[in-house]
Amino acid sequence: MSWMRNLLFIGLVGGGLLAVGYNLLPSRANKTPTGYDGAAYREPEFQAAVARVNGSFHQQWTTAGVRPATPAADLLVARRMALGLTGTVPSLEEIRQFEALPPDERLSWWLDHLLQDRRFSDYFAERLARVVVGTEDGPFIFYRRRRLISWLEEALARNRPYNEVVTDLIADEGLWTDKPATNFVSVTCQPDKGNQPDPVRLAGRVTRAFLGLRLDCAQCHNHPFAEWTKGDFEGFSAYFGQTHLGFKGIYDGPGEYEVEDRKTQVKKTVVPRVPFNPELMPDHGSRRQRLAGWVTHPKNPYFARASVNRVWALLFGRPLVEPVDNLQSDGPVHPALQVLAEDFTEHGYDLRRLIRLIASTEAFRLDSTSARDDTEAADQAWALFPLTRLRPDQVSGSVLQAASVATIDAEAHFVGRFFRMQEQTEFVRRYGDSGEDDFDSRAGTIPQRLLMMNGKLVGERLTGSPFTAPTHIAWMAPDDPHAVEAAYLAVLTRRPTAAEATHFETSLAENNQRRAQRLDDLYWALINSTEFSWDH
Amino acid sequence: MGPLNRRGFLQIAGLAGVTWLTPVGHLLARAAEVPGKERGRAQSVILLWLQGGPSQLETFDPHPNTRIAAGTGAIDTAVKGVQLAPGLGMTAEEMGSISLIRSMVSKEGDHERGTYTMKTGFRPDPTVIHPSIGAICCHELAVAGTDIPRHISILPGQWPAKGGFFGDQYNAFRTDDPANPVPDTVSLLPPRRDEERLKDLDVVEGAFARGRTRRVEATMHRDAIAGALKIMNSDQLKAFDVAREPLALRRSYGDTPFGRGCLAARRLIEVGVRCVEVTLNGWDTHANNHASHAELLKTLDPAFAALVKDLRERGLLERTVVLCGGEFGRTPTVNAVGGRDHWPTGFSVALAGGGIRGGQVIGTTDPDGKAEPTAPVTVGDLHATVLNAVGIDHTKMNQTPIGRTVRFSDGEPVAALLDKRD
Repeated sequence: MSWMRNLLFIGLVGGGLLAVGYNLLPSRANKTPTGYDGAAYREPEFQAAVARVNGSFHQQWTTAGVRPATPAADLLVARRMALGLTGTVPSLEEIRQFEALPPDERLSWWLDHLLQDRRFSDYFAERLARVVVGTEDGPFIFYRRRRLISWLEEALARNRPYNEVVTDLIADEGLWTDKPATNFVSVTCQPDKGNQPDPVRLAGRVTRAFLGLRLDCAQCHNHPFAEWTKGDFEGFSAYFGQTHLGFKGIYDGPGEYEVEDRKTQVKKTVVPRVPFNPELMPDHGSRRQRLAGWVTHPKNPYFARASVNRVWALLFGRPLVEPVDNLQSDGPVHPALQVLAEDFTEHGYDLRRLIRLIASTEAFRLDSTSARDDTEAADQAWALFPLTRLRPDQVSGSVLQAASVATIDAEAHFVGRFFRMQEQTEFVRRYGDSGEDDFDSRAGTIPQRLLMMNGKLVGERLTGSPFTAPTHIAWMAPDDPHAVEAAYLAVLTRRPTAAEATHFETSLAENNQRRAQRLDDLYWALINSTEFSWDH
Repeated sequence: MGPLNRRGFLQIAGLAGVTWLTPVGHLLARAAEVPGKERGRAQSVILLWLQGGPSQLETFDPHPNTRIAAGTGAIDTAVKGVQLAPGLGMTAEEMGSISLIRSMVSKEGDHERGTYTMKTGFRPDPTVIHPSIGAICCHELAVAGTDIPRHISILPGQWPAKGGFFGDQYNAFRTDDPANPVPDTVSLLPPRRDEERLKDLDVVEGAFARGRTRRVEATMHRDAIAGALKIMNSDQLKAFDVAREPLALRRSYGDTPFGRGCLAARRLIEVGVRCVEVTLNGWDTHANNHASHAELLKTLDPAFAALVKDLRERGLLERTVVLCGGEFGRTPTVNAVGGRDHWPTGFSVALAGGGIRGGQVIGTTDPDGKAEPTAPVTVGDLHATVLNAVGIDHTKMNQTPIGRTVRFSDGEPVAALLDKRD
């Protein structure tokens, strides 16, 4: 039987060699770039909307007395788009494809390339899920966050109109596994109250997530300055007063919504009512269906504004109007917000069109540096692209992508993707998830720096392994300048400055016998820089 | 070729021209050493976090020979008239230093929301994230020469303590079983390469700062790196290393990750750490409640008792509050699979040290498991009590990022636990 064992051994070794070879050699032939529809960007109506947004910013800059920065390099704009839409930096492979195109087509192609990529629907679905259900684990039996995310992914991949998505979230009936939108309701099921959904939390969520209003501050008391009252909030909550959980999942039944007075403990019935524009309320349907119709009504001014502000924030790292879930209910609306909201409403709540519009504005394409005006005022007036801290999943996604020459997308090797997901989860856990509060402008923390400087994910991506970018580059780059350039492109999506190039090229030349080590060190420095961890 | 040490680091800082590293560290340390007003005696809090929600009946609030006991008895303690559940024999001997609140009431019966409530003193609120008690201590109490993180979570559960509106820099620093080295604090490279890397980093940083100096400084990225290097080079990291303790003492805490965590907690507060939480997971006993609790008590009992005794013998108990509890209790009734379910109305926590009177019992629960507890203590009251013990005014108002003002705690201190001082 020994010949069989030998055969098995030879087979295993052969298979192993093949696998190593497959991973070592840049086996994938240059992928054909995805197509894009340039006409969509040239359409006069589209261009007019972009021009109106640009005009509003020019006005703002004049009023604020600030001078806008110069346009950013195309590659930097591409990095912003990739971080905002897919949560990672572009791969070296993608950068090469990008630069092979005629300059005036690059960014439009890149944006459409990203929008068609699974990484976009995956990443954006997670971001939206945080808005609609937060990050909590929720009630164990009645809540399936993963199902909800898959449902959102599909909606994004098919570019379902956003008003339809929101209507399903607010009003859908059924089991959380079968009708994933109902997880929006079932996440609030209260184990100590017969697992019934909580109208108060639902009302707070609907107003903040879909209208950009913090009605729930009126939950406890009438706020002296806000226009909402406690009665407004109770009336709004009453739209969820007939929503129950039963054998068939979330359903609407009979019954009245009752609240207990905190002081007197007297119960009273509350009639559903909305705090403004009651004429937009549909006459038919369950309470939730009617509420959904009212929220997404084209004449409800807040729905489109809140959606635009949210998407703006995901692309810029900072909402147009802060905070993201508290748009001023009175006073002037930011003209750019108004233009974009009108366009969003008129074009059937098309998220991709909205993303294309925002990404085509002058403000999105400005540089984040200014030799002339690096002031707070310029920053506030969007005369510079804002500097914002990357979220933990953007950092981990970028580390993994930067450490691989090829694109890690849906077509990447399955095993690689599996390990990548595991590592990413572990990294985000240690780095510290930012939770629901996606747009805080806080500084990074010391444990985050320790993790980046000494941690496993970065360490293993740099040293020892023949599967990582530094090693690839060390082998493949024809000379030192090319090696340094490739590292800068893969990690920071830009070419080194003259001073940087001199420093690293000299260092590589002087340490020729440990060239691989010095390339690892270059990667380490790039990954640990401010530039890598911040959107700019 | 050892890891980076302090001298090596200073040399590197000098050589590499990373002048920003050291002065910032010095400034941070000096600015923070303004002593706070002496109110309480305690300076640190140790939270023994029993994740999952321990059953009060099988721990600190037994009701022997009742229907709700479902067979669980009780043992006498060093304090006459106070009984604990069997399995807490060592803790019973320390009862003179420990007080019990048996009438804790919370409004959250879900693990995540209950944990938030117990760790912050407030129910989850979509418009603000409250800081946990450890974050408040770090924010309010002086740094006192501590280089390593002052808020630490050993064996962090799913929801370790957070900084809330004070910022992520007040989140608990997470580390696992102290038998292993603290993660990410050691550079495995020879000093020469660390030196080269910092020099390289300086070059990249210089290029990025051009045209946005003000905003790059505001990112505090470099300060965070300086802080990280300070930790990597601190002798205080040895406080995590419980192997430096005598074998007999280590044994008294129990040869478990939790026991080692409790011992590390004591070592950490000795170097000025303000709050250490040590988690013991597994209390969510929806099935097989009694046997699971008996098993968990084998870990909890020696660790809790040894910690209180060790602190007392070293004269540290007066300046350390020890709080032991979970997110809620468990139902008086036993379900069909021998489990107890979530019960946020009438559960127990144990407190020791920090000038809190020992041997006290606050509140009683109904032996039939029906009526509300007497002398109920809200989670806010518990927080106010602990904050008072560490000399922090629990009524102090804070501005949240959206401009709301909130107190450190909405409750009031339990007077019977604190009055010894006056």
